[in-house]
Amino acid sequence: MTLFLQLLIQGLMVGAVYALVALGFVLIYKSSRVLNLAQGEFMLVGAYICWQFWTSLGVVGFPLWLAFPATFVVVFFMGLLVERMLLRPMIGQPVVGVIMMTIGLLFFLRGVSTLIWGGPALTYVPPILPSAGLQLGPINLSLEYIWAFGITAALFGGFTLFFKYTRMGLAMRATGEDEQAAQSVGISPRQVYAASWAIAAVVATVGGIVIGSMVSISNFMSDVGLAVMAVPLVGGLESVLGVMIAGPIIGVAENLSVYVDWTHGGAKEVAPFVIMVIILLIRPYGLFGLKRIERI
Amino acid sequence: MDLPCGTFNDSYAKDMAIVRTRTQWVMLFMLLAFMVFLPFLLARERPDFLFLMNMIGVSIIAVLGLNILTGYCGQISLGHAAFFGVGGYTTAIFMNKLVAASPLAASWVGLPVSLVLSGLVAGVVGVFFGLPALRVKGLYLALITIAAHFIIRFGFVNWRSLTGGTDGMSVPGAQLGPIVFASDRAFYFLIFTVVVIMVLLAKNLVRTRTGRAFIAIRDNDLAAEVMGLNVFYYKLLSFFIACFFAGVAGSLWAFYLLSVHPDYYDLMQSIMYLGMVIIGGMGSIIGSIFGVIFVRSLDHLVLVYTPALSDLFPAIGAKISAGLGMMVFGLIIMLFLIFEPRGLAHRWQLFKASYRLHPFSY
Repeated sequence: MTLFLQLLIQGLMVGAVYALVALGFVLIYKSSRVLNLAQGEFMLVGAYICWQFWTSLGVVGFPLWLAFPATFVVVFFMGLLVERMLLRPMIGQPVVGVIMMTIGLLFFLRGVSTLIWGGPALTYVPPILPSAGLQLGPINLSLEYIWAFGITAALFGGFTLFFKYTRMGLAMRATGEDEQAAQSVGISPRQVYAASWAIAAVVATVGGIVIGSMVSISNFMSDVGLAVMAVPLVGGLESVLGVMIAGPIIGVAENLSVYVDWTHGGAKEVAPFVIMVIILLIRPYGLFGLKRIERI
Repeated sequence: MDLPCGTFNDSYAKDMAIVRTRTQWVMLFMLLAFMVFLPFLLARERPDFLFLMNMIGVSIIAVLGLNILTGYCGQISLGHAAFFGVGGYTTAIFMNKLVAASPLAASWVGLPVSLVLSGLVAGVVGVFFGLPALRVKGLYLALITIAAHFIIRFGFVNWRSLTGGTDGMSVPGAQLGPIVFASDRAFYFLIFTVVVIMVLLAKNLVRTRTGRAFIAIRDNDLAAEVMGLNVFYYKLLSFFIACFFAGVAGSLWAFYLLSVHPDYYDLMQSIMYLGMVIIGGMGSIIGSIFGVIFVRSLDHLVLVYTPALSDLFPAIGAKISAGLGMMVFGLIIMLFLIFEPRGLAHRWQLFKASYRLHPFSY
């Protein structure tokens, strides 16, 4: 029972991190109907850039508190650049082209980050998140997870309000719903797309920094990005709430898969995908996704 | 149609012929003769050249299948390497059992039977993972095929009694009666014989009723259904055909490498296959061939020049070998999508047109 509780709580916490990463997918999809498969690479590059400011420049006296704003500014412009250079020419192209574009970006970013920061995994020195253990009754928890959970919750609260009350948030939703109608009421889809890519890059970076400080920074992060793909699909690609619920579902399922696992850890890797396929077969648009009615 | 001036089709057979004029026949035979002599030309100076050619041949078969699925029928698959792997594993398991049961039978019918059997098994597995295509499409289907890829690989790694797990399996050498395919050159002829058969198969398939149904589904599957096509049947059929091609290719590759291992069939391969389809040109048979040659050769060039580059920049030497290939592949895909989304096949069309019309512009 203790083991079960431990796995459950840990799964919830890991799920929160997944939800944080998956939020980036949703942000872009919600406004531009593009699923950015390179989200894991955004995480990776963001985490590396933050490492550059935090650890390697920190040694020569770069003020630590400036590391985060500096990182966010860099990835913000990276997001803008990616949208302008790569995704704008793809407007109106078939979906396979758009998917391949993000895959091309995935390989490009992975290659570049390997060329610059490749080799052994990097860690943040000094550590960003406190890593002390925490005893909650019989359950053992690391403080990092609680921090990660807190950051995720704060971001989700922020984005829920953003999409509900701000002009840009509403413009993003409107553009995602119907681009032409949005244009006709004076929204500029270009600005919306650019903003959503830039914001998604920043969110991915936050996820990257959190994971990077919990584990370490290396190529495995982009695999996390692929596995996390299951989360927005289960939750529904347009739904912030869906991601918030699907993240913990996937996290818990991954952790609880040890009960049916006759292999050693293998089931953990496929559990998200199995759940994704099952959910998509029952509800093709995810738990909270919008069902689109197609007309000829 | 792009026929030279003065060529008229006065019968249905002539209208449907793939090779139409005498020049085209001559070119075709020159190409075939060139293909026959190719392994004798370069093989001595560059022993890796034949390996590259064989890889290209096997990839052509797999990519033809993927192009039928993605380029003609519009169903995106990012799990093609897994079906390729199913073909390889089928061959390994079948051949090992057959050799144990009867070495004589294995030496005579082992090769052709396992080629076909691998295709069929991969096709059936493909149909199973294609079932969601009835309910989801586009992006969602692409991600389901990624899931299929991970699930199938999970099977390779963990179904130890059948697949040998992470140890992989060895495959008996390919043999057809007295002919033993032991050298790279022998395999070259085997592989390219199969390639020619598969290209003909694919070329003819896409102009039958089935092929046209695929195109209708790609262009608008709702409209296709309204016109009376059984969309579900044709989508599953496209998955079956695509995975059949992948299975045959996987079988050949398993025979060639004499082993199968889960690591041969990673997601990178699946994505490269889709990249070849894009670069070559979606919905084009000749495009599949161009795409494979382009990507595989580029990949090989990167591999060949990596050591030199590492010497040039010793500070990041090790990183170059890990990162450069990925970077170049990603860059090429992005550039093609921006500047030539219709792929090399379109360039080929333009070239042929300008050649045919030479002194005039139209």
